[in-house]
Amino acid sequence: MNPLPEVGAVLPQREFRPDNVQLMLYNAALWNGHRIHFDLPYATDVEGYPGLVLAGPMLGDWLHQVVDEWLGDAGVITSVSYSNRGATYVGDTLTASATITAYDADTGDLTFDVAICNAAGDVVAPGTLGARLFTAAA
Amino acid sequence: MTGLVSEELLANVGRQSIPRREIVTRRDIRKYAVATGNRQRKYLDGDVAPPMFHVPLFWDVVELDQLTPDGVSIDTLLPRFPLDRAMAGGLDIQYLKPIVPGDWLTAVRTLTAIYEKSGRSGPLIFYEVLMEIRNDADDLVVREKTTRILR
Repeated sequence: MNPLPEVGAVLPQREFRPDNVQLMLYNAALWNGHRIHFDLPYATDVEGYPGLVLAGPMLGDWLHQVVDEWLGDAGVITSVSYSNRGATYVGDTLTASATITAYDADTGDLTFDVAICNAAGDVVAPGTLGARLFTAAA
Repeated sequence: MTGLVSEELLANVGRQSIPRREIVTRRDIRKYAVATGNRQRKYLDGDVAPPMFHVPLFWDVVELDQLTPDGVSIDTLLPRFPLDRAMAGGLDIQYLKPIVPGDWLTAVRTLTAIYEKSGRSGPLIFYEVLMEIRNDADDLVVREKTTRILR
């Protein structure tokens, strides 16, 4: 974790460009057989989507990763609250971002606003996330 | 309110799933870390589970004839709702203990709330499911509340 936490600090963003292979592996890891994630004719012709739909919880995972990479071994994620606000698709470029909104130096507790945005800048998954630094004097 | 949420429907609140017990393996952690594009060695090597690993660990494993034609498993915890088109939902998760290979974890899901709100395009039904995951010492490891919206 670098630099030291400061309220208002923006963490390094991360871009995700998920392809068919990643989406297949993700749903296989879950045992999720929902056709909208792998059957393109079904997703477009039957359900009317413009492409294969990314799994909502995968975006939730990325909200964690942007904070967890910054924390490294200095702390741990303690909570998250997020929602999936809009569908996203294979081929989209998605950006995960996080901003520190609170920091208690005594307890090491941190709070972040987190979000996934699509290429148009729409927030497709907003949330808040809590973490705790190990190094702080509890 | 349009009275979509009947007393009969509300009687389902409090319904609980059968406990599901699963073992955490290094291989499953590694597969999940790779599939999510994780870049941290401790997760890619499976030394410890990343946040949200409980999602694949407790995703329902059902037999082929229990899947709907679109490949979805039917959640037997839920009653039949008068609205059936699922909209985006939300998750609230608390992580209380780390998860490592060899852990046996048990999840219990409870239907904790059903309520109605009026949306821009008509009535909406909200429901909440609480999943509590405990280790064999009965410590709470993960607590997850899912909120889903039907229209």
